[in-house]
Amino acid sequence: MLTAILALAVLALVFGLILGYAAVRFKVESDPIVDRIDAILPQSQCGQCGFAGCRPYAEALARGEVDINLCPPGGEAVVMGLADLLGRDVKPVEGGAKKKMIAHIDETTCIGCTLCIQACPVDAILGAAKQMHTIIADECTGCELCVAPCPVNCIKMISVKVAPATWIWPYPPTSQQAKEDS
Amino acid sequence: MSRAALSNSATQKLWRFHGGLHLPDQKSLSCEQSIEQAILPKRLVLPLQQHIGAAAKPIVKIGDHVCKGQMIAQPDGYVSAALHAPSSGTVAAIAELPIPHPSGLKATCIVIDTDGEDRWIERQTHGNWASINPSELRNIIRDAGIVGLGGAGFPSFIKLNPGARTEVDTLILNAAECEPYITCDDRLIRERVTEVIAGARIMRHALHARRTVIGIEDNKPEAYAALQAALARLKHVPIEVVQVPTLYPTGGEKQLIKILTSKEVPSQGLPIDINIVCHNVATAAAVHRAVELGEPLISRIVTVTGHGVHTPRNLETLIGTPITDLLEQCGGTTKDLSRLLLGGPMMGVTLSDHNLPITKTGNCVLALTPNEFGPQGSVRNCIRCGECARVCPVSLLPQQMYWHARAKDFDKVQDYHLFDCIECGCCAYVCPSNLPLVQYYRFAKTAIWSQAREKQKSELARDRHDFRIARQEREKAERAARLAKKKAALEDKSAGTDDKAKKDAIKAAMERAKVKREATKVAPKNTDNLSADQQRQIDEANARRAAAEQDGEKKS
Repeated sequence: MLTAILALAVLALVFGLILGYAAVRFKVESDPIVDRIDAILPQSQCGQCGFAGCRPYAEALARGEVDINLCPPGGEAVVMGLADLLGRDVKPVEGGAKKKMIAHIDETTCIGCTLCIQACPVDAILGAAKQMHTIIADECTGCELCVAPCPVNCIKMISVKVAPATWIWPYPPTSQQAKEDS
Repeated sequence: MSRAALSNSATQKLWRFHGGLHLPDQKSLSCEQSIEQAILPKRLVLPLQQHIGAAAKPIVKIGDHVCKGQMIAQPDGYVSAALHAPSSGTVAAIAELPIPHPSGLKATCIVIDTDGEDRWIERQTHGNWASINPSELRNIIRDAGIVGLGGAGFPSFIKLNPGARTEVDTLILNAAECEPYITCDDRLIRERVTEVIAGARIMRHALHARRTVIGIEDNKPEAYAALQAALARLKHVPIEVVQVPTLYPTGGEKQLIKILTSKEVPSQGLPIDINIVCHNVATAAAVHRAVELGEPLISRIVTVTGHGVHTPRNLETLIGTPITDLLEQCGGTTKDLSRLLLGGPMMGVTLSDHNLPITKTGNCVLALTPNEFGPQGSVRNCIRCGECARVCPVSLLPQQMYWHARAKDFDKVQDYHLFDCIECGCCAYVCPSNLPLVQYYRFAKTAIWSQAREKQKSELARDRHDFRIARQEREKAERAARLAKKKAALEDKSAGTDDKAKKDAIKAAMERAKVKREATKVAPKNTDNLSADQQRQIDEANARRAAAEQDGEKKS
């Protein structure tokens, strides 16, 4: 009887130690599901979902507090990715999916106030105080956060030019659509 | 068929690929038309991208005079190709112009106004190519801007560079020309067989290939005989010519390899992975011209055919010639022209505009009349007959890919090996419901590439956002540190003799002012000659000041 209790106690102690060590040694810094959600989001950091960037939205999604269709820049692809990952139903994007845009600074109007530089979440605006600013087009995510702070309204959102190399074949009309068309 | 041909075919064991189609080949429309020179157009339009890879970089300016064969754009990076002036003239523009692409979009083109002189630049010939090492040969071929002329347009020098450790077992020259209507390679072999053989020998030398095989479909007996005769004349040239049964798409690189060698190119792999290199016969002829005659790739043979054009022809066309000029030379289009294609009827691109230029990969201009080729009638629902899977030359399941592409389920569609699809069009051709299957696959492919680009961009945005946050935090910490330091310094001063020192300084300054005043002994004269009223105001002010001072003393 005593040996059995002792043996179990020793076992419990050993496993307790192993678990305790593992908890320290293999500590997970953040919830891996948040990283996986964050990987799906477009990282425009635009805040159109109502959160202060993509990661806070990912955290809220991981807690199950919000809907999966709050990301207009991500569009349908993000909703489908999130639905797949989180096992939820696909819904149309809140406010409709947006066409891909990037910011453009009218350089003749820019006064070099640096307000847009401070607003840009991805440092995609180049310039200095009293120097003309310009957008680094390849790095602009189209979040529109620079548009509002501009005191002279010189920032416009322009649609991204489609080149033959980045062109997507049109989705073929389905049989129903074809019937309706004819 | 000659006896030699029979014996050759008998000795060569052939294999077959899965599926395939026997199509009405329609080659008789143009196959008896010998190659003619296309009329020199007034204006040539040369897109900077006529090949797979990065677009070329212009090295001429507007207004420059260029000679025929002069390089006007250089390759930008490894996978890229140079561009040469097809005729002498002046660079009229470097601008965004419509190009022959399914999107109908514009791309940067160099426009040359020809001067009619057709004056060549000085050509550097390499008659003795056998003494040139393969690396140098590849450079000559790269500088000549040669790309695969069969249709895909991959820069040829890369396919001639197997890498130091890879040995090439077999060099296959593709003369299958399996798509209906097209006869440019057929005519090329019939009329310029020596060029093809010469090019093949150069390629063989560059690759150190053990075996060289020319594969040709058996619907071109004259071309086959011409090859046989040329090789018989040359003797001791170890090049084999093999006739293969006519079956679409035998001209696909992977299909021809399978037929000739029984080997299969791995999924999403390249022929070089199984030690095979495959080039088109027209590319071989271009290599011969580049090396032995010093002529870069500035022209190609284009078959202008179909019932929508009055007299079908095979035209030796300068790159950049407008398609309208070619149609005009062929007697113009008929009234019932319904569709104009660049390329064959199975894989060609429908052109919305007839004024587009011929590019390096444009082997055929096909003018179709309403009932001429391909599926007719309206699109209906898939009835799951499985005909598409039976004809697929890559042994895919087109129907499954269709469902997943239709549902935009891009992971699933890739599970069915979408990227091994060669877009040959067999599935869509046999589909009883007329489903535009290939368009679904092209849509899925381009959408997947687009998503991959987006993904890359979002990774970059995340990195930059994280960096920005880290930077802001660092700056905040630095500012806080600076403030703390300043505050500490201030406290240090005020805690010590600071107050007293200040008072001492004021006192010293007052002393100095007093000494100065006395030294100069100049009394201000603004109180002389005052009127009674002014004197009264001064007295009042003095009285107020005295009162205020007394008041202040009382308070303190």
